[in-house]
Amino acid sequence: MSRQPKIIIKHLTKVFYKKESRVKALDRISATIEEGEFVCLVGPSGCGKTTLLRILADLEKESTGSYQIMTGQEDRPLQSMVFQERGVIPWLTVEENVAFGLKMRKLPKSVIKERTAYYLKKTGLTAYASLYPKELSGGMKQRVSIARAFANDPEILLMDEPFAALDEQNKFILQEELLAIWSETKKTVLFITHSIDEALLLADRVLLMSAQPGKIVKEIKVSLPRPRTMEQVRADPDAAAHFIEIRKHLQDEVQASRK
Amino acid sequence: MKKTAVQFDPFKVEQQEWKRRQRRERYKRALTISSPIFVLLLWELLSRTALIDPRFFPPPTEIIKTLVVMSVSGELFQHIWISLYRIFAGFLLGVIPGIIIGLLMGLYSPIRHFVSPLIMALMPIPTLALLPLIIILFGIGDVSKVVTIAGSVFFPVVINTAAGVLNIDGIYLDVAKNYGAGSREYFLKIALPGSLPVMLEGIQMGQAIALLTIVAAEMMGATSGIGYLIWTSYKAFLLKEMFVGLILISFFGYLFSVALRILQKKLLPWR
Repeated sequence: MSRQPKIIIKHLTKVFYKKESRVKALDRISATIEEGEFVCLVGPSGCGKTTLLRILADLEKESTGSYQIMTGQEDRPLQSMVFQERGVIPWLTVEENVAFGLKMRKLPKSVIKERTAYYLKKTGLTAYASLYPKELSGGMKQRVSIARAFANDPEILLMDEPFAALDEQNKFILQEELLAIWSETKKTVLFITHSIDEALLLADRVLLMSAQPGKIVKEIKVSLPRPRTMEQVRADPDAAAHFIEIRKHLQDEVQASRK
Repeated sequence: MKKTAVQFDPFKVEQQEWKRRQRRERYKRALTISSPIFVLLLWELLSRTALIDPRFFPPPTEIIKTLVVMSVSGELFQHIWISLYRIFAGFLLGVIPGIIIGLLMGLYSPIRHFVSPLIMALMPIPTLALLPLIIILFGIGDVSKVVTIAGSVFFPVVINTAAGVLNIDGIYLDVAKNYGAGSREYFLKIALPGSLPVMLEGIQMGQAIALLTIVAAEMMGATSGIGYLIWTSYKAFLLKEMFVGLILISFFGYLFSVALRILQKKLLPWR
């Protein structure tokens, strides 16, 4: 089972340069993510996780270094991002939000309709298709965001703490829904989180980042069989060991940055 | 005995509370309706008993009688139509360029940096102060009034439209960019709908300013219109006719702002 590399990141460095301050947000990040792999990026807040994701999403330009996303199909977008809570556009209906990427790419109407309907159904949003986001709960809004990204059928998916603002119950439900959709499409996913449980539930591999300047300091393979549930993760002794390892790392980082 | 039963039934307790809230709501509504009626009655009474000079403050019933007489003779409608025509023409002539320039300023920062000092410099000058100049340029006909109104409506609209575009949350720009929106789609799906709420606030302000301006403009250089009616009636000491003019302005101001609020609801179903 030799898998193809999908994302190759080489010595990626980002410096934010202002009059009064020079901040090195990312320091020579190198990583390879394989086709169909689910990778979680975990690190203390302010470690540059989001900056890395924004560079891959083409929303920010790297200072030095490079990255490459391998393409398979011709007409596929390179990447789609699931944003933190407020990423759903309030003046578009649920359906228009899900269809957004497809419409921007000017796909034929029939294709847009079919794919939008499919992912609305997958995320349980069919009944809410013609509502505006203000009428939805936080969990429902994030479903819209996820449906929009999957409907766009990109080479890779980037997720920036999509469940951080949800309450515990909703978070569990959405995590399992995400895994269900993901296992069907086998997309390559790079997922940012600060929740260790979330990382262990979702990821094939967890990359640990250090506090500023952000570096990848460790990687942990999570070999729990899929499909996974939170109960299994909690019961598994390996996962418990990983949990403690990651927690210790995060605490050390936070302590170190206080000095 | 009965009282204790009520006290221990939570539904009854809440029902009583709910009834009390309803009563309070009705009371507030009654207050809102009664205040204008109260003032009018007081005015009528004071004027009839000559406690305030009825020559300056004729009783409201007399004013309404004059209103009826003037509308029967058709004189009133002539003034109303010409004023409405000027307001609408001037409003459109101010709003449309205001929206276009405002959007351009919001979307393209070189345009914004080039145009905004001019707008900031011109905005504080009351268009009415330029009326003599406008009359020299456009004559004393309708055009000069239309231009005056357009000039005063333009500024709140242009400023609010530009601010509306600039205040769109950055995350929607990221979403548009990440999902590959071209500049045309960005304009139609993000910039225009996103700036609409603040833009409509500007149009609402422009509407109020248009009414203020038409009256003043018609006072200074016109031979017809509601402003002219007010001014000539005042000079001829026909105060009932003057009050009829004032009532018309108040009425149309209310009408326009209600109409714009309905439009706002229709255009912003997502708010």
